Amino acid sequence: MPSNGTINLRRGFDIKLEGIAPKKLTDLPISALVAVQPPDFLHVTPKMVVKQGDEVQAGAPLFHDKDHPEVFFTSPVSGEVVEIVRGEKRRILEVRILADKNATSRAFPRANPATLSREQVVNRLLDSGAWVFIRQRPYSLIARPTDTPKAIFISGFDSAPLAPDLGFMLEHAGSNFQTGLDALAKLTNGKVHLGLPANASSVLQQAQGVTQTVFNGPHPAGNVGVQIHHVDPINPHEVVWYIHVQDVVNIGRLFAEGVYRPERIVALTGSEATERGYFRTVQGVHLKELLQNRVNTDNVRLIQGNVLTGHKTNSNAFLSAYAHQITAIPEGNEYEFMGWLTPGFNKLSRSRTFFSWLNKNKSYRLNTNTRGEERAFVVTGEYEKVLPMDILPTYLLKAILANDIEKMEQLGIYEVSEEDFALCEFVCTSKINVQKIISDGLEMIRKEG
Amino acid sequence: MKALRNLLDKVQPNFEKGGKLEKFYAAYNAIETFLFVPNHTTHGGVHVRDAVDLKRTMFTVIIALLPTLVFGMWNTGYQHYQAFGMESSHIDNLLFGLIKIMPLIIVSYGAGLGVEILFAQMRGHAVNEGYLVTGMLIPLSLPVTTPLWMVALAAIFCVVLGKEVFGGTGMNFMNPALLARAFLFFAFPAYLSGEVWVDLTPEAGRALVDGYSGATALAVVDANYTATPSAWDMFMGFEKGSIGETSTLLILLGAAYLIFTGVGSWRIIVSVFLGGYLMGLFMNVLAPADAPTHIMHAPAYYHLIMGGFAFGAVYMATDPVSAAQTEAGKWIYGLLIGAFTVTLRVFNPAYPEGMMLSILFFNVFAPLIDHFVVQRNINKRLKRALQ
Repeated sequence: MPSNGTINLRRGFDIKLEGIAPKKLTDLPISALVAVQPPDFLHVTPKMVVKQGDEVQAGAPLFHDKDHPEVFFTSPVSGEVVEIVRGEKRRILEVRILADKNATSRAFPRANPATLSREQVVNRLLDSGAWVFIRQRPYSLIARPTDTPKAIFISGFDSAPLAPDLGFMLEHAGSNFQTGLDALAKLTNGKVHLGLPANASSVLQQAQGVTQTVFNGPHPAGNVGVQIHHVDPINPHEVVWYIHVQDVVNIGRLFAEGVYRPERIVALTGSEATERGYFRTVQGVHLKELLQNRVNTDNVRLIQGNVLTGHKTNSNAFLSAYAHQITAIPEGNEYEFMGWLTPGFNKLSRSRTFFSWLNKNKSYRLNTNTRGEERAFVVTGEYEKVLPMDILPTYLLKAILANDIEKMEQLGIYEVSEEDFALCEFVCTSKINVQKIISDGLEMIRKEG
Repeated sequence: MKALRNLLDKVQPNFEKGGKLEKFYAAYNAIETFLFVPNHTTHGGVHVRDAVDLKRTMFTVIIALLPTLVFGMWNTGYQHYQAFGMESSHIDNLLFGLIKIMPLIIVSYGAGLGVEILFAQMRGHAVNEGYLVTGMLIPLSLPVTTPLWMVALAAIFCVVLGKEVFGGTGMNFMNPALLARAFLFFAFPAYLSGEVWVDLTPEAGRALVDGYSGATALAVVDANYTATPSAWDMFMGFEKGSIGETSTLLILLGAAYLIFTGVGSWRIIVSVFLGGYLMGLFMNVLAPADAPTHIMHAPAYYHLIMGGFAFGAVYMATDPVSAAQTEAGKWIYGLLIGAFTVTLRVFNPAYPEGMMLSILFFNVFAPLIDHFVVQRNINKRLKRALQ
């Protein structure tokens, strides 16, 4: 198969945390309650198709996007719509479905996607609801069916702290992963790119019909944005699509087995998770099923996703659409006497200002303390060390803060996403919320059209 | 520590909005966060943070300055006793220097931090830690004989006109400590040149040794480079000069620590030295054949160990706020500072120390240097899009 060879990335940083998930897969019983949460999807205004009390099958539409009525959001299970939870201004937060025991899916004709036309593939994905897991750069929005992306990118590994091993997640996928890739290949006139780690599992290496590129280096080498930047960077007015490997498998199953069964293998990680591992369940599952008796709850922060880009959650929430990992770490709401003055053998820092540099391989039980207050931007050259892209981070951030749209475009805002700047935020001496600035900038550009 | 924390928690309401000591919140906050890393937790972005903060960063620079400070004290005593031809132990030297230098440091911190806190309170933000370093750099870059009122003036000038008028920490475009020194240099030239480098407080029953001269290497090098102290003495620091600048060796030790910890930009430090050395070599090529002791004949490395070159390269040029901010720009910025310093020293005999003005000059040009680097990145992207 075509290969782009290896790209070595020097810049970046691996945050070594305690609480990696052992490679042990546990099947969770189907939860009684699942939910599809419109706020998971950026800039989607839901318009309900069902109402409370309706019976639905897996793959049956629940709502669609007001601005893109062809994009349906469907039920991951069969059961009854028991509640539509609304927040302020009647904004829809959750569509809750009580799963029945039958687990029936709408039936879709089985087909080899290679024999279908692009239009047939697109329609099948839209109809089943699998479409919403294909997203686009720039802006990380759900892909627009009317666009034809110049390429599709799939990262074959996650390099974030305590991230799940995607190769392990794919071990049980059988041929569905390949079928999914075949379907995606129909969607672009360009290539489907698969980014691999140096020690990729055979499932990934054997993928056909894709262009493989090996990325060597610390986090964020596994970020799809970094991979796009190095393989086929996004110019103004260009669109690329990306998708998570688990969603590729779900798409494969849709075509190969003719059912919509959006599985999720979730890695439970973090120092405060008592029973760590990989748990197979369904999208939108109620987290209680997953977390009960498996995490400490006393003064613990639960995160959907990883510690850099995930969002805070609680055990009474539902699994987010794009989450593949739950992280549990201690809260850090405590004072530390003269903390900035201590030798700091136990303090993780990318700099060598603390003596923790003596032990490079140590894993840390980091808590959520900010380790100091926010200050004016002073130290330069830090962000550059953890951003393996040909982007001038400080100048891009300044352009955003100055609302200078032209400069933002010139400095490559189309090529970035807030997750690519998460490490910049982590290392920032002045404790500036870098990701927020980037997302504000992207939003400004998006509105500008 | 619990008791201290409880005390702080007890008095805190007085300083908060509506409390009777509301006006002193910035001062309270500075002390509180000095004693305790706050209990703030992350929200919105990353969930964990690197342990480094501005306090630790500035403290690291202070550590890197300590060897030159201690040596500066020793040398102050040494130069003093030498001038009177007296035997003195290391302890004598150190004690003499300690007594002379501590007041300068205390006044610098007192005056500067006072103004910092005032501005923080007026502007409603926390006290930035930058002055921890600035407050040390000011005395270290001055002669030991500088009157205390001048140190106070420099500290206040530094904070107000070096920093706050531009919008505060992070907004100034020139190194505040160096700007303060330049201010003193031009406002009170008599105090910063000539026979000011050695404390000549009379010793009972002693007179200055015959033919004593308090001139620094830089003052004599222009006429005759062989009249300077030996290269070894200049490298080790057994010479006259500003308190912190004499020992190249210890400054390099500080540089090594700054580079190792990642706090100081190795690009700037290396390129300043490189720029100075290359220009020194170039001067050798141009040197007039009929004047064998002309400064242009001085070995290129002389420039790196004389005067404030090393001190400026390591502690002043590296100020991240006023230096070039792009990684490529830092190389150009450093090379220019080094080269320009040597040029000034050679071609402007009236003003022997080129380092101070050279750094300030390229502080001003740093944004321009960065502009070209940024433009290059923009053009590259543009070219790619047009393909």
